[in-house]
Amino acid sequence: MTATVGRQAQAAARASEVWKVYGTGEAQVIALRGVTCEFEQSRFTAIMGPSGSGKSTLMHCLAGLDSVTRGTVSIGETTVTGLGDAGLTKLRRDQVGFIFQQFNLLPTLTAKENILLPLSIAGRKPDPAWFDTVIETVGLRDRLGHRPAQLSGGQQQRVACARALVSRPQVIFADEPTGNLDSRAGAEVLKFLRRSVREHGQTIVMVTHDPTAAAYADRVVFLADGQIVSELIEPTAETVLDTMKKLDTQVEVGD
Amino acid sequence: MFRATLKSLLARKLRLILSGLAVVLGVMFVSGAFVLTDTLGRSFDAVFADAYEGVDVNVSARPKEGLSDFEREPVPAETVERIRGVDGVAEATGIVAADGARLIGSNGKVVTSFGPPQLGENWVGVSDLVQLREGREPQADDEIVVNAGLAKAGRVAVGDRVGVLTLEPKQEFTIVGIFGFSGGRDSLGGTNEIMFTTPVAQQLMLGQRDAFTNVTVTAADGVADDRLRNDIAAALGADFEVKTGAELSADASATLKDGLSFFNRILLGFAAVALLVGTFLILNTFSIIVAQRTRELALMRAVGAGRRQIIGSVVLEAVAVGLLASVLGLGAGVGIGALLAYLFGNLSGGLDLAGIAVPPAAVIAAFGVGLIITVVAALLPALRASRIPPIAAMQDVATPDRPLTKVTVAGAAVTSTGATLLFLGLGGHAGGDTLITILGGVLLAFIGVALLTPLISRPVVGLLGGIFSWWMPGKLGRLNSGRNPRRTAITAAALMVGIALVTGVTVILDSTKSSISGLAQDKIKAELVIGGSQTGPRPPTFDPAVLEKTAALPGVALVGGAYGDSAQVGDERTWVGANSDVSTLTQIFGARATAGDISRLGQDQMLVSSDVAASRGLSVGSTVPVQLARAEAKTYTVSGIYEAAELLDPITLPVTAAQGFTIPQPIAGFIQLTPGTQAADVLPRVETLLADSPEVTVADREAFIEQQTKPLDDLLRMIQILLLLAIVIAVLGIINTLALSVLERTRELGLLRAVGLGRAQTMGMITVEAVVISVFGALLGIAVGSGLGAAVVEALRDEGITDLVLPWADMGTMVGLGALVGVLAAVIPAVRAARIDVLGAIAHD
Repeated sequence: MTATVGRQAQAAARASEVWKVYGTGEAQVIALRGVTCEFEQSRFTAIMGPSGSGKSTLMHCLAGLDSVTRGTVSIGETTVTGLGDAGLTKLRRDQVGFIFQQFNLLPTLTAKENILLPLSIAGRKPDPAWFDTVIETVGLRDRLGHRPAQLSGGQQQRVACARALVSRPQVIFADEPTGNLDSRAGAEVLKFLRRSVREHGQTIVMVTHDPTAAAYADRVVFLADGQIVSELIEPTAETVLDTMKKLDTQVEVGD
Repeated sequence: MFRATLKSLLARKLRLILSGLAVVLGVMFVSGAFVLTDTLGRSFDAVFADAYEGVDVNVSARPKEGLSDFEREPVPAETVERIRGVDGVAEATGIVAADGARLIGSNGKVVTSFGPPQLGENWVGVSDLVQLREGREPQADDEIVVNAGLAKAGRVAVGDRVGVLTLEPKQEFTIVGIFGFSGGRDSLGGTNEIMFTTPVAQQLMLGQRDAFTNVTVTAADGVADDRLRNDIAAALGADFEVKTGAELSADASATLKDGLSFFNRILLGFAAVALLVGTFLILNTFSIIVAQRTRELALMRAVGAGRRQIIGSVVLEAVAVGLLASVLGLGAGVGIGALLAYLFGNLSGGLDLAGIAVPPAAVIAAFGVGLIITVVAALLPALRASRIPPIAAMQDVATPDRPLTKVTVAGAAVTSTGATLLFLGLGGHAGGDTLITILGGVLLAFIGVALLTPLISRPVVGLLGGIFSWWMPGKLGRLNSGRNPRRTAITAAALMVGIALVTGVTVILDSTKSSISGLAQDKIKAELVIGGSQTGPRPPTFDPAVLEKTAALPGVALVGGAYGDSAQVGDERTWVGANSDVSTLTQIFGARATAGDISRLGQDQMLVSSDVAASRGLSVGSTVPVQLARAEAKTYTVSGIYEAAELLDPITLPVTAAQGFTIPQPIAGFIQLTPGTQAADVLPRVETLLADSPEVTVADREAFIEQQTKPLDDLLRMIQILLLLAIVIAVLGIINTLALSVLERTRELGLLRAVGLGRAQTMGMITVEAVVISVFGALLGIAVGSGLGAAVVEALRDEGITDLVLPWADMGTMVGLGALVGVLAAVIPAVRAARIDVLGAIAHD
């Protein structure tokens, strides 16, 4: 089953007929079974699904962190599939931003240095106006000189968001960004992510298993057993939960 | 607990091997030293047992009071007859055998020896041991036979006319025969032997007719050796020393073995350096392992393991590593001992090696040293491990930055203790063993500085890293190297030891060289100097007749030939000199009289320096008994006292006394030219005069100084090469630290790669971290080494080392070497870091 997606916006990332198979023979695990999916520019998309549904794998493949067994992945104009390490490094540097669940910051650098890290690595100067805007949006102006150890979990994750935003990538991939945070700090981070999509046209793809988090997205794609099984536009926590329940039932019936 | 320990040990193979390698090297040197000495010792035993096999009893004169075993009076010829008269004696043979017979080879150069003696002997016929291989025995005064080893080394053959230097200047002989030894051997342990007819041997080697070095006796059938020994001793009286052949061979072997202890000390010295550096390495490795296993150890504590059990588990790991390293080190030590024994045998010209065996001492030392070093180094980390609270298993605790106060205070205390010991040792206030005090001081200074290093590392590493901060990977590398000051410090400290030793030795030797050169430049008022480089135990000498002939050359104002030896003066053994022209003391060496007349010296008079006069309470007119190596004891009267100076002998005897020196020929000659004479005009004429003295050359003063200081340069190169070993071990330490850091920071590296750090940049980051650590170590080493070197130079000021020379060029090289070491050490960890799988590193579990 293939999800249909709104064609009104141009795709920032695309997966076509993507298969991902781990291991061989008896131990073979099929993580993705021919997933085709587009992620439009300037939209906030959440990928949901039960454990083992392949949602993280899909994101890793889209971001070029993992290779696909079959099919192609592209980001913007770039075909990711088949890129070598140098190509992938350049892709990550220029077109992709990451926010992870944990261990997002380098402990030796200050918040500001962490935010500017991708630009420093690439040897680029930040756009001062945009940097100001980002700092303003995440509300960290008075924390810029602090090291990660001196920041709360929520603040650390906001620094990670700012780092992903500051280089204006084609797309930001967020892997359970609120997984390690309490609900209040989580909500702040999610609000901030939504604002960056609404106000600054950033594209964000987020993997989560939390319906409340998914409700912040413009669209939710549901995965089960390596395939896209459903999607919701303008979701609410209730609709997401309902869909999830249905999926669980289907899986149980399927068993 | 035991099984858990073993499992975790196996899981950490690589890094334990890296740190164990240092112990392996140290143990290798320790056991190698024992194997070498044992093998060579048994080889010497065999040589002497062979050499004295045909001797049942040996008679020689009792050594004189204050003189060494080698400096015996000859045995009067009539003694041989007296021995023949003793019941039970089958045969008594008078033997001449003395060191100092030097053959001039076919290339016109003296055949040198690097240790074994160059014996001049009388031919007493063939025996079970000595076999004539070619030609015949010497019959005429100008005929000699030489052993096959010497003939090969000098490329001479039967029928050749050759020059031989002995107590007398060069004389020409015809080689009429070449002899070898039983078993097809060309020499006995590399000894060169020239055999003359008995009267010639007596004249040239002993300086007197009708005397022998010793008398060998064969017992009649059925007479026991020790019985005969007692009978002969009783017949001859107390002036003679009578020994059985077995006793003699044991004594001779023991004397040579004493000489071997020099090798032993060198090897043990390097073992000490390797083990010191290795201790740092092991300490570091175990600290990191404990830090990494914090959760695991806390879990063990949480499920009921006691503190002792935790300590036990870490110590057990150390024991396992120490045991393995000792076994490997012992194996390698046997190999290196055998190799060195082989090289030694070859270098000394054909010592027949006894089979290689592993003496129990080597095994005990190997395991003792290997185990103790490893366990002691692991003790601190083990204690730290036992202090991990069980709660750490539940928390995600980053190891907190512990304050450096304690370690810094300890460092300051240890450093100052070390400095105090050095001060005492170098200043000669140590009382007992000065060397041990100094070595202890150096060791404590190293440990103290290592303890202070974490504190120093912050600003210095920051400053050093500043160089790389323009580049993002460089900046990250710098920050990483400053991250764990203790780990950085101890890694750098391992490198420090090697670099400090090299720097210290260089400072001392360069200062010595500069002082000698400066002294010679300033104080020797001679345009030309006759002398040679000493390559063996004997200094080069020349024909005293050259001195008179040179003095007669046009343009030569003054010539002084210098003689020297150590002698028993009063009740003390001391260096005495003699000068062919005593006026050179004032004219060439600038001596100033403080009492009496120093421009003249009678047959029974002596001059002393003001130091000697003061310490012995001598004044003009005092009488002093002097026992020279080859003369009757004689009393001299002090006729003059000169101000003590570096170039002047403490005691100057009349030149006639030089005939009683071990080497009765001048070892240096100083030529002062008349004003206006060009040195280049006189030099070739002196060269012509020296044609028969191939051991020396004449050179202008600068070339002479160069020649005299060259051995120092050679020594320095040798020490530097050997100390490279310590640096190699330190490289292992840096690799170890970096590899562990890379492992610890896998996630961080994954994150960096995820946000766009390229492979080359990753490698650059690791390399910068390594270079910062190693250059820091090099700088520390240079600082500590300069300090130690300067302290030694300061202490030697009274010995005439007045210049302190800091070898800036060498220091620059060492900083460069430090950087290179960092780059090399970074290769493997950097490649590992660059290969880290991004997804695997960041995906949360």
